[in-house]
This record gives sequence, structure tokens and C-alpha cells, in this order.
Amino acid sequence: MDVIIKNLGLLINATLIATPPLLLAALGSCFSERSGVVNIGIEGMMTIGAFTGAVVGLKVGNGWIAFLCAGLAGALFGAILAVACISFHADQTIAGTAINFLGPGLAVFLCKAMFNNSSDTPAMDTSCKLPKLFDGVFPAGSFWSNVLNVYSVAYLVFILAIVCWFVFYKTKFGAHLRAVGEHPEACESLGINVYKVRYTCVILSGFLAGLGGAFVTLATINQFRPNVIVGQGFIAIAAVIFGKFSPGGATMACLLFGFCSGVKTLVGSSNTISPNLISMIPYIVTILALVLFVGKAHTPAANGKPFVKSK
Amino acid sequence: MGRVSYLDNSQVVIQMKDIVKKFGDFTANDHINLTVHKGEVHAILGENGAGKSTMMNVLCGLYKPTSGQIFIKGKEVQFSSPKDAIDIGIGMVHQHFMLIQPFTVTENIILGMEPTKGLVVDKATARKKVLELSERYNMKVDPDAKIEDISVGMQQRVEILKVLYRGAETLILDEPTASLTPQEIEGLMEIIRNLTADGKSIILITHKLKEITASSDNCTIIRQGKYIRTVKVDEVSENDLAAMMVGRDVNFKVEKKEMKPGEIVLDVKDIHARDYRNVEILKGLSINVRKGEIVGLAGVDGNGQTELVEILTGLRKADSGSVTLLGKDVYNKSPKETFESGISSIPADRQKHGLILDFSVEDNMILQHFDEEPFASKKFLNRKAIREHASKLMDKFDIRPRGTEGHPAGTLSGGNQQKVIISREVTNDKELLIAVNPTRGLDVGAIEFVHKYLVEQRNKNRAILLVSFELDEIMSLSDRIEVIFDGQITGSVPGKDADEKELGFMMAGGKKA
Amino acid sequence: MKKKKSILDSNVLYTVIAIIIGFAIGALFLLIAGISPAVAYGKLINSIFSKPKYIVWTLVYASPLIFTGLSVAFSFRTGVFNIGAEGQFVVGSLAACVIGILVDVPAWIHVPLCLIAAAAAGAVWSFLVGLLKVKRGIHEVLSFIMFNWIAFYLSNYVVNLDGIHKDGSEATKDVLSSARILLPQSVIDKLGCNVSNWGFVIAVVVAIIIWIIIEKTTLGYKLKAVGFNSSAATYAGINSGKSVLTALAISGALSGLGGAIQTLGMGGRLSQFAGQEGFGFQGITVALIGASNPIGCIFAGIFYGAMKYGGSKLSIVKAPSEVVDIIMGCVILFIAISNIFKAPLQKLFGKKEGK
Repeated sequence: MDVIIKNLGLLINATLIATPPLLLAALGSCFSERSGVVNIGIEGMMTIGAFTGAVVGLKVGNGWIAFLCAGLAGALFGAILAVACISFHADQTIAGTAINFLGPGLAVFLCKAMFNNSSDTPAMDTSCKLPKLFDGVFPAGSFWSNVLNVYSVAYLVFILAIVCWFVFYKTKFGAHLRAVGEHPEACESLGINVYKVRYTCVILSGFLAGLGGAFVTLATINQFRPNVIVGQGFIAIAAVIFGKFSPGGATMACLLFGFCSGVKTLVGSSNTISPNLISMIPYIVTILALVLFVGKAHTPAANGKPFVKSK
Repeated sequence: MGRVSYLDNSQVVIQMKDIVKKFGDFTANDHINLTVHKGEVHAILGENGAGKSTMMNVLCGLYKPTSGQIFIKGKEVQFSSPKDAIDIGIGMVHQHFMLIQPFTVTENIILGMEPTKGLVVDKATARKKVLELSERYNMKVDPDAKIEDISVGMQQRVEILKVLYRGAETLILDEPTASLTPQEIEGLMEIIRNLTADGKSIILITHKLKEITASSDNCTIIRQGKYIRTVKVDEVSENDLAAMMVGRDVNFKVEKKEMKPGEIVLDVKDIHARDYRNVEILKGLSINVRKGEIVGLAGVDGNGQTELVEILTGLRKADSGSVTLLGKDVYNKSPKETFESGISSIPADRQKHGLILDFSVEDNMILQHFDEEPFASKKFLNRKAIREHASKLMDKFDIRPRGTEGHPAGTLSGGNQQKVIISREVTNDKELLIAVNPTRGLDVGAIEFVHKYLVEQRNKNRAILLVSFELDEIMSLSDRIEVIFDGQITGSVPGKDADEKELGFMMAGGKKA
Repeated sequence: MKKKKSILDSNVLYTVIAIIIGFAIGALFLLIAGISPAVAYGKLINSIFSKPKYIVWTLVYASPLIFTGLSVAFSFRTGVFNIGAEGQFVVGSLAACVIGILVDVPAWIHVPLCLIAAAAAGAVWSFLVGLLKVKRGIHEVLSFIMFNWIAFYLSNYVVNLDGIHKDGSEATKDVLSSARILLPQSVIDKLGCNVSNWGFVIAVVVAIIIWIIIEKTTLGYKLKAVGFNSSAATYAGINSGKSVLTALAISGALSGLGGAIQTLGMGGRLSQFAGQEGFGFQGITVALIGASNPIGCIFAGIFYGAMKYGGSKLSIVKAPSEVVDIIMGCVILFIAISNIFKAPLQKLFGKKEGK
């Protein structure tokens, strides 16, 4: 019994560690997709965020500042995507693919330039990382200690999910962003600045993706390595589609994927099933979910289509 | 018609002076003038492509004019966005509704001007305002229904409420009757009367002469982007208006020789089918078409015409019923099979179904025959034969400009694109030709051409099923008119001396006495 | 004809502009990193052109990229976006590797067997995505991304299986020499590149075949018709679902072949991946630089191959090889937004020509 409780605690813990990066990126993706811009460059934005977080953490020694800077770095890449897709009407998938080259390329490039040609940053002290909220509150090894032994940002992320839901469905901006993703011409005719709304959403999606990447380097582990972001960005995109483009749905999907990842962490250490097989689960689940629930999800009507302003 | 006028000649609301709008080298508006008074219904008449919509998009702030001035109540204004126009009291109801499908009626009406309580959109207040407005002008809407669930007529009322909610003094209605039943059109006229009685001005963009005489005080005619003149509607006849619109005398009558219809070609019996939302839309429809006759299928959009044509051309599967062509079974076959059985068609949406715009004109002309001799041999295309075929058709059907066989079809004008489709389908020489809205968006010259070819095919003893939302077109071409309502044929009358009122009555669901 | 040619020329023009901008931005970052762009780019060019054997290396690097480039270009021309070339490449190399290790037959059977298996694996991987799209309406971009990662982990799983895994390494055993597509030893000695192989020759032949299919055959006509406007194609009696599946299967087969060429040619074995190798994504760049033209893909593939090979030598001058990723990322980005210079340039040149 004790073993089960202990493992359950560890499983919840692993889920809470694996979910926030996905959820941050997914919430950002919700903004972008619902406003009509497909952001396939999330992965690249997360990588640049992961790197920026690690570097600022190392140099400044303050996890929160590092976290914020990582968001800004992601936002910068969001801005690049926004300029290409919104102002210059680039094919959104291709521009996003470019971001996926640029983000990781630039991150490793700068890492080598800064750290004597090493593709990894040095490891950080715990003091440079994000703080833990319940550190030492519960006896070490107890159930609650196992469950809650997470960085405090993990909790903030779930609050953020609720905030996003509120913004989406209760505020003026939320109504505008959903409308812009459905029928930009209608919005323009009503005096809503389509470009402004989309810019805001895409840059915001970069910001949140950057935060998601930084969570990995500033909380989950303690340094930047080239493969620190392996597919989380794409899983986030999958979660958004799985969650029908809504913050609530995306949150549920991210929890599911985070749980799969948690199982992998636990089982991976026991060596019974190949971790590679478990790693496939989120992707297979997504495909199955799409096959089974297709038709029920409403894709924003103008998603992926460039909008050309009248002259 | 008992037209009531609320025109107040003493107050000029809008004045457009010498408006020029160029897109690159193309001049869409060439020194256009317009004056609208308080309480006036002012019609803008012109052919497709004459520049009506451009002019109105300038007035509602979507386009910036290349030169010229706009005065509102005597004061010169410059719009940098639609918002400026909205703020000054100009609202436009676009021909293609600008509505967010998954949003509710209220959400659509308040979009961009949402009342808020703190950070939150105040939906209760919004809903109350919407109800107030709809009662004031007697426009029934359900504030909580989603747009995707309401009728076209109600969608239009939502559009009108949307501009009223923004405090519009002048409403621009762009082709507002395009998809309404005669009865719904009557309702719209009533709304227009209520609005002008309240001191609002209406600008009505249309190419339908009858609507103008029924509703408007003045009419401004434009042709090929140029201002022709403004007339008092009471002082001119419909024929005068038509001549001014086209620039020459036009004869809308189509010359047809008498013919005796032959054996039944297409026989559709008791078809049941569902639409894309899985709702039953065809409820036991039966119709037939004989050799040497044009059967016009009259009805308001959304009563099952689209689905019927899709079933006949193999794009949609019916639930039950039978379809035969000269005795052959063509029920629920693939598009290729129906085509090979003898059905060719001119689709409603030429850019979506009729042409591959990125393909060259010549490649579009062999769309159904690309893998047959002489265009292909042993899986390889024969470019020379394809080019020759195209050149021949371009000559025969006067497709312009000549020498564009190798150019993308998308570079041709709408009328010439339609000619490409007609040349292809007519050359197929099938027993049955289905034509769906074959003249939509074409100018008068192209319309005459299309009508001539349809009649010519009939005279060659072909069977033709004409589906059109333009009642005038149905009435002038058909040998027999079948009326479709709610997925069934509700009436059948001979084309000769059909009565428009009676047709309208049946199109709205009334049974023939 | 003249007009057509000038449009074609201009495509090349905008690609060249994008490449120049890519290099300029790369130089900027080198400067920021305190490295002389002249030194770095000098090394890059030097390590591609200074010896004949370097050029052979470039072609070895280029071969798999030409395949993934062709794969993506073919998908572009037929109206789908094969962002899944990565996964198809992986399953292709995996199939070739497994058969190369486990089946012991003479070379004249072994090589074709491996190539066919790889093409089939890639085709199936892509076909499945097609099925999801045609039968279930699931957007291909999403499924491709999922399949890329499934392929990634599947490959890592297989690499670690007993009988395939080489003890004490992070890779498989070597494929049998009968499955390798290396040039004869005497030629290898002369060229001085120990992995000189037939890959480039095969790539060129395949590119020409693909060009013929797209431009000259009824199959190409049909697939393009569906790609440009599937509604109109369906209306005209073309089975669009079948066409999409055919197009995707061909596209996937090309990527799968690329994987085989890499494994049987340069690699000789398959290693466990830490992150995606990127051949498929690089194929997108190749297709874009090659303007989705199969022949263009040959040159674009050589260009990218050269950049990769030259880039791998940059560490000698202490320049991070990732500058290549930055350059290529910028190239994609600027090709994607090439219309921003198109209008001004066309105005400029249009006036010169007097029209």
C-alpha cells in the first residue's frame, strides 16, 4: 500500500513537472490559432526561451528575471513570425518552419559563442532557478512532499490557464480575437484592427512558448542543452487541436500528455517497458483522438489564411 | 406599388464629388458623383463590374479614394478606416454577409462596440439594446441564436441591426435581395420604409430595375466606372434605366422557336437526401426533363437545389429514390460515371467547381478528357493536340483575349471564364446539360451569350435543366417551370406566360390552387 | 514564351536574394559572436571547393537532401504539404538498415531489396497520413508531425533491439557490405572520400523521372488538378481522394529512399537519435530553394549539402556550425516573404523593358 501511495505521489509529481512547459506553449498557441495564425514555430520559440532562461539565470542569478527574459525572447520570435505572416502574408507553415530552424540554430550558436564552443551551458545553482513553494514544508519522502515537490511556477501556470479562459470568453479582446480568426473581413468592416489583434496574439504565443521553454531549463533541469526541447512544442500544438482550440480543452489535453510523460519517467527508471514505446503514446493518442472525435472540433474558419487589408 | 417617400430635399446628408479610385492601372471609379438627402432612398444602378461596390467601399472607409472629396452634412471628411465612417454615421450591409458564424446574434451585433462592466463584456445590457432596436424597427431576431442556425432573411436583419446599433444615419445596402424570396423582399421594403420614416437615408445598390421603381426616390447610374447621370425614379421607365445602365437598348426577351418536347431524358423519382448538416433537405423530390426542352427549377436558395444538382452530378449520395437517364440507372454513381452516362453540367460556382484557375485555359478545356485520345497516348500528354483543341474552342466561342491558351484561366475575366466552361460542357455533347446560375456575376453581353447558347442546345434537341435564383432568367428561358420548396416540387407551370406573383407564392411554400 | 521565361528567371532571382540576405544575417551573428565572417565564410568555401574530394563529400551530403527535397517539392506541386518527410526518411532508413543487417543475399538482390523496402516504408508512412486526411478529414500537417515523432521513437526502439543493436554502442550493427551502395574501391581511392557512393547518381535519375511525371504525364496532370482545386477536379470526375493518396505515397517513397541512400551510402548503420536529424525539414528548404521544380531540387540539394559539409568544418576556425541553420532559416523566411521585394523589383525592371 505504501509503495502504491508513494508511486502515486511521484506520478502526480512527474505529471506536474512535465505539464507546465506544454501548457504554457499550448495556451500561447490557442491565442495564435484562434486569431487565425497557425504557429508551427512553437518548438523553435521554446528552444530560444529555454536557452535565454538558462543564460540569464546563470548571469543574473534570479530565476524570475530569467523566466521573464525567456518570455521576451520567445516574443521576439513571435514578432518575426507575425511580421512574416501578417504583414507580408507569408505561408504560415513555411514561416513557422523557418522559426524552427532559427530558434534552435541561434540558441546553440550563441551558446557556443558564449561558453567556449560548448553546446551546453554550465549547470546552475538552485539559487538561480525558480523557487519551490513547499520546499521543506512536509517531511521528506512523505506523500505530500512527493506530490508538491514542484517549482511554484507550476501552480501559476494552472492559474494562468483560468485567466486565459477568462480573457477568451469574457472580455472584449477575447471576443475580438475569436472573431478575427473566423471572419477578418467582417471585423475590419466593423473597425476592429485585424492586424493589431493578430500581432498581439502571435507575439503573446511566442512569449508563452518562451516561458514554457524556460520552465525546462529553470525548473525541470538546470542547464541548456541542444536537445532540451524535444517535441514539446509539437505536442503543445497537438494538445490545442485535441482540446478544440480552447484554453480549457488544451489544459486537459496537456494534463493527459503530461501524465503520459510522467508515466514514462517512472516506468523508464524501472526498465520493464521501453521508454521509447511510452514516448510514442501522446502522439498515438492524438491521432486516435482525432480519428474518433473528428467533426466535433470547429477549426477557426480563417485559420492559416493570410488577411489582406483593403486599400 | 404605393411607394411612400420621406425624402427631405432640404438636407443633404452625403455628397461624393469626383471620386476616382484606381487599382494599379485599372480605374474602378472614374469621377463619380453622388448626393443623398435625409430620408431618401437612393439607388445605385450598374452592371456587374461597373464599380458600384468600389464606390460604396470608398464611402464606408474600406478603400481610400485616389482623388475626390466626400462631404458629410456639408463638412469634408477623410476616412482612414471603416471605423471613421461608422463613427460619422455610415453603415454598410455587405452583399456577402459579414457575420461570425459561431457567434450569437447579439455577439455579432455588438462586435467591436461591446458594452463593458469593468473588464467583462456586459452581455445583459447588450441583449437588452438589441431587443429594443429590433422592436423599434419591427425586425424580428432571436438575440441568443447562433448565426449558423438562423435563416438568410434573419441574417440580413442582423446585419441591418448591426449598423443601426452603431448609430448609422445612412445605410448602404449592397444587393440586399440577392438571396431572398419575393415575400422576404417585401419584408425588406417594409424595413426600408420604417427606416426612412425615422429619418435615415438608404443607399441601395442593385442591378434589379423592379426594386428601384418600387422603393427608390432617385437613381444614380454608373457604367464602366463612370458616372452617367442621376434621375428621379418617377420620371423614367424601367426600359430607360436599362438602356442607361448598359449604354444601348437591350432586349431582355430571348427569342425561342416553338418546339415539341420529345422523350424523357432525365427522370428523377422520390429522392430523399440530407445536407451537410445531416438534416433532411430533399423530401421525396421528383422531376423530369425531356428532349428539346429547358426545364427551369425556380426556388429560393437553400430549398434543396444545390443538393439535387450534387446528386445528379455524383457529388452527393441520396438516401433513397431513383434517377435514370434515358432508362439507364444513374442513381448514386460517381461523378465520372454520371458524366459518362450522359450528364454534363455548368456548375454554380465556376471558380470552385468549374475551373482550375491555376491551370492554363487549354488544360481546363480537357478536364474530363485528359486521359483520352488525342490529348493523351500511353499515359503521356499530347501538348500539340491540346493546344489545337483549345484554339478551336476559343475561336468558336469567342473567348478573349485570343492567344491565351497557355495562360492560367484565373487571368481571364469572369465572363470569359464562364465561356471556357460552356465551351467545354457544350462540346461534351451529352444528352442532358445542367446549368446552375449560369449568368451569375456576368455583364449583360455575356448574359446574352450564355442564354443564346442554352437555347441553341435546346434547339438541337438536348435536354436542359436550368437551376437559377434569378426568377427573370427562369421565366425568359424555360419551356416548363418547376418550383422547388422545402425539398419538394410544389408546382409546375408552362414557361410561356408564367405569372411572377404565382411563382413567388409557390416559391414561398404556397400550393397552387 | 519570353514572358514565361522572365517569370522563371525572377523566381531564381528572389531565391538568390534570399540566400544573400541569409548569409548577411549569418555574418551579423558571427560578428556579434566575435568571429570574422570573412574567416568563417572563407573556411566554408575553402572546405567545399579547395580539393576535388571535398566536392565529392558535398555530393555525398547532398544526395539524401535531394531526395527529401524532391519529396517535399512533389507534395507542393500536388497540393499537400509534406512536413512529414522527416518521419518518412527515418522509417526508410530504418527499413533499409534492418534489411541490410538481417538479410544475407548477394548485392544485386540486396541493394534493390533495401531500396524498395525503404521506399515502401516511406510510402506507407505517408499513405497513412493520407488515409487520415481523406477518410477522416484530419489536416495532414498535424498528422505528419505526429508521425514524425512516432517514427523517431520507433527508430530508437528498433535500434536498441537485440540482434540489431551493437553492444557497447549507441547504434546498430553495420549493414552487410552487400547492401552498401559504395562506389568500387578503386574509384573511392582515387576520389579520396571513403564513403563515395551511387546516391547522387540515383538522385539525379529519380529527379528526372519525377520531373517527367509532373510535367508530361496524365498522372501528373491529374495530381496537379487535385492539388490546385480538388473540388473542380472531383466535379470533373477525377477521384480526388485517390489522387491525394497517390501523391502522398510517391512523396513518402522519395523520402524513404533518401533515408536508404543515407544509411546504405554514407552511414552504414543507424544511431540512436537524441533529437530529430532534420533531413526532412531540410528537404523543405531544398524544395523552396529549388522552387518546387525537381531539377531545381538537384541544385538546391547540392547547395544545402555543401553548406552542411562546409559547416561541419567551421569548428576548425572556432565558428559554431549552427550558423548554417541560421542562414538556412533566414533563407526559408525570406523566400516565404519574397513578395516584399517582388513588387518593387518588378516595377523597376518592368519599366526598363518598356512594358
